[in-house]
Amino acid sequence: MTKRIESLKVIDNKPLKKDFFIIELESSEKLPEMKPGQFVQARVDRSKETFLRRPLSLHDVDYINNRFKILVQVVGKGTESLSRLKTDDLLNLIYPLGNSFSIPEKGARTLLIGGGCGIAPLLYLGRYLKSHSIIPDILLGFRNSDRILEYRDYEDVGNVFLTTEDGSAGEKGFVTDHSLLGKARYDMVYCCGPEMMMKAIAGWCKKSNTDCEVSLENLMGCGIGACLCCVVNTVKGNVCTCIDGPVFNIKELIW
Amino acid sequence: MVKLSFSIGDLQFKNPVITASGTFGYGSEFDDFLDVSRLGGIVVKGTTLEPREGHPYPRMAETASGMLNAVGLQNKGIDYFEKNIYPHLSKYNTNVIVNINGSCIDDYVALAERINKLDKIPAIELNISCPNVKMGGMVFGTNPVSAREVTKAVRRVCLKKLIVKLSPNVTNIVDFARIAEEEGADSISLINTLLGMSVNVRSMKPSLSTITGGLSGPAIKPVALRMVWQVANAVKIPVIGIGGIMNADDAIEFILAGASAIQVGTASFIDPLASVKILEGIESYLVAKGFSDIWEIIGLINRPK
Repeated sequence: MTKRIESLKVIDNKPLKKDFFIIELESSEKLPEMKPGQFVQARVDRSKETFLRRPLSLHDVDYINNRFKILVQVVGKGTESLSRLKTDDLLNLIYPLGNSFSIPEKGARTLLIGGGCGIAPLLYLGRYLKSHSIIPDILLGFRNSDRILEYRDYEDVGNVFLTTEDGSAGEKGFVTDHSLLGKARYDMVYCCGPEMMMKAIAGWCKKSNTDCEVSLENLMGCGIGACLCCVVNTVKGNVCTCIDGPVFNIKELIW
Repeated sequence: MVKLSFSIGDLQFKNPVITASGTFGYGSEFDDFLDVSRLGGIVVKGTTLEPREGHPYPRMAETASGMLNAVGLQNKGIDYFEKNIYPHLSKYNTNVIVNINGSCIDDYVALAERINKLDKIPAIELNISCPNVKMGGMVFGTNPVSAREVTKAVRRVCLKKLIVKLSPNVTNIVDFARIAEEEGADSISLINTLLGMSVNVRSMKPSLSTITGGLSGPAIKPVALRMVWQVANAVKIPVIGIGGIMNADDAIEFILAGASAIQVGTASFIDPLASVKILEGIESYLVAKGFSDIWEIIGLINRPK
């Protein structure tokens, strides 16, 4: 898979609740093949405080119009600067990067679990699964109803369930508390969110003997396997999250 | 046509743009973006005798105009390098230099002897300056006695061109440059990263697992340039300038100050094309200024008017 560096046109930058926003980008060329779980490295600007690129996962891809979306949360100066991008601005990216989620066998009972901004890669994964005739359950966790992100798109690709920590929407508690995990059995779980959440889900999957892949969000320097900064400790030793990940089967991780 | 080549002894470099160790992998990481063979050389990831896991995550922190790293020389060791990486390096029509690291003098000597047998490697860069790996709390390159011993011991066995990479974390870098030259180095490269640190005020913890790490990027460029200028005026062997070079102007500053060549490091993380852009920029600068050979501007600021 060939990586490219390109300045893409911002088609839209839509603010969502709280600190979240979705940027839609358009390439002047035919999009390369992009797989769910892959990410882009966005050059923020030339300010001295945002020196490095920011890794952002693919949220949705539209090959027909050579467009794709990234869902971003403002967590610092870099993402804050991205939130101010306007239509017709250019955003320089290195993409597509990293490995991708595996695709389960036909008929596999599949659950996608996302927390907060971690729901970002699950929409494209859901679409991909749907194109392989797999309709997943999708469990989305948020802190409270003020932070629930637009999930209508997710309903197009699977059965959506919600949790909020304060019970203001969906079931009360964390995703690990949701009744779905007690009732249903799954062949495959895909999870992306805060590390604490992914570790809890990994624990549940190990206990219930369910296969599970998580998407990690380590700090990155280059995104192409040159700087060796984004490592995670695995059964094979330290490996780069940017090229050997960001998706890992929980069996590979020392968690 | 502008002449861009330079040489270390009888080793020719087609141009003065080399990629710095630890910032360009083994070249192949960049194959999608550029033709590595256009470069004057590449210095591959720091290599040790035994495999090293490096330091725990987090190993990197962004800082104003730069970054701190504490990778700790993660690499798979010389055996793996020779068997799995070296065969692929011959596809590049450029000088591939191996940066070698050890915990003791015997390690460095053993590595130099191993590299002697690799035909396609014309030079080694002796890394006595990594701030992230210490033996007995000391870095070889910050103590004049050990810097001399390790250079002398490697020179005795090394059949390749020997480039000694200096640490900036010393009181007077010129002393170390002179030591390297006296002990037979063919070239000096400088600077390695500056020792620094960062604290995360939100988590109230150090940003790096090792607390301190090496600072790179434009933040260190003025310090690097000053040191390169000092060293270039003190030794006769070619000096390779390194430190925060992001564009052709940065590179030309080092050349005007006395560097015969430069290494591009952290810039490749932000723009994988940085090295070739710098190469093209140096060439257009020379054309625009009416020079036909880069030699005419090396150390130009040091020449009597």
